[in-house]
Amino acid sequence: MCLAIPARVIELRGEAQVLVDLDGVRRLISRELIDEVAVGDYLIVHVGYALSRLDEDEARRTLDLLARGGITGRAGAAGAQ
Amino acid sequence: MQYVDEFRDGELGRRLAQRIAAAAGPRRQYRFMEFCGGHTHAISRYGVADLLPENVRMVHGPGCPVCVLPIGRVDLAMQLALEHGVMLATYGDVMRVPASDRMSLLNAKAQGAAVHMVYSVTDALRLAREHPGREVVFFAIGFETTTPPTALAILHAQQQDMRNFSVLCNHVLTPAAMSKILESPAVPGPGAVELDGFVGPGHVSTVIGSAPYELFAREYRKPVVIAGFEPLDVMQAVLMLIGQVNEGRAEVENEFTRGVTRAGNLIAQAKMAEVFELRESFEWRGLGQLPSSALRIRPAYGRFDAERRFALAHRSIPDNKGCECAAILRGALRPTDCKLFGTVCRPDHPVGSCMVSSEGACAAHYSYGRFKDIDVVRA
Repeated sequence: MCLAIPARVIELRGEAQVLVDLDGVRRLISRELIDEVAVGDYLIVHVGYALSRLDEDEARRTLDLLARGGITGRAGAAGAQ
Repeated sequence: MQYVDEFRDGELGRRLAQRIAAAAGPRRQYRFMEFCGGHTHAISRYGVADLLPENVRMVHGPGCPVCVLPIGRVDLAMQLALEHGVMLATYGDVMRVPASDRMSLLNAKAQGAAVHMVYSVTDALRLAREHPGREVVFFAIGFETTTPPTALAILHAQQQDMRNFSVLCNHVLTPAAMSKILESPAVPGPGAVELDGFVGPGHVSTVIGSAPYELFAREYRKPVVIAGFEPLDVMQAVLMLIGQVNEGRAEVENEFTRGVTRAGNLIAQAKMAEVFELRESFEWRGLGQLPSSALRIRPAYGRFDAERRFALAHRSIPDNKGCECAAILRGALRPTDCKLFGTVCRPDHPVGSCMVSSEGACAAHYSYGRFKDIDVVRA
């Protein structure tokens, strides 16, 4: 049930919905559970509802961390607290 | 695909594996439970377990929503579909969960019951609008990810004064189950498993945030690292857990900062709090009755509660005797320890709930791992 693939927003449809692209599949989903959304955003979608918007800066930070071979110590808790 | 391919990079994965091997001191064992079925699936599918050193073991947890749904609750849905003649709508995975007397909702549908597989609870609302003369019940299951959509559906039904829509609520709470696993010596059956830390769920945490695990980490002295669903996310989380264990820390860390904040999704939390309240106790498959571990519909929305509307009463029904789902869900046994695994119990014919969903520990191992345990014999 936990579809891991993030969905890219293609079009805003009224107040409550967005059209998303899920790895080539287009679907209308609800955006009633998130506050801000723009075309091009990536969303975590569950059972037809967007639950979260992926943060591009944080994604880059995690990838940088991975590129350096990961971090084990206290510094690894990026944004944890 | 953005946010996917870069988190599956093989070269980065191998380097992470080397870091993990270097960090995991050979003198001790590390046992980490991935709570969430999405992680179980990723670990099996991408062979993450094979990249870890011998002394780092991943233990599959109970975070697969259909796996923890007890037979008695499925029986209630069967009762609605077969005896009350309602149109029953539910998520696809639920259709094949074994109920009493070798039945499942799929079998009930084959017998003529009006069972509808839906992608979303909005499809169930549409069914109710299209069939004003029929009672439509949404059989709702899942953790904190599927709960906010169910809450919204009930709010919509209230606003639109829908008279033929109700919900059979089986929504459960993640932190309660995590605590229970650590207290499981009290549970009869194969012994409790010693755990050194948890890979915390990714999507559940987008909703509840990382804060609810803080009390848990403090109280039980176990580190929690929330992780995304790609293989590199899981490996990075394992590395962070090893770091915490080595340094004697038990804190909540967040590897999945691109999706999860400390506070979580406040809109979703508000909708859930508006519609649902805590149940005193709820039965989980494999874990038994857990206090304050599930939600029910508040009396203010009582007319949308199928349990009230049809005066349903839950009965506890034991699992199939040969099935080890209960111990597997607690991490006390592995799928291959069950004598039914891969023989009579297969994804196309599940005996236990762990074989139903691709997120179940048994189904994931059957699909991706069952041949790697077999010794290669030269011809």
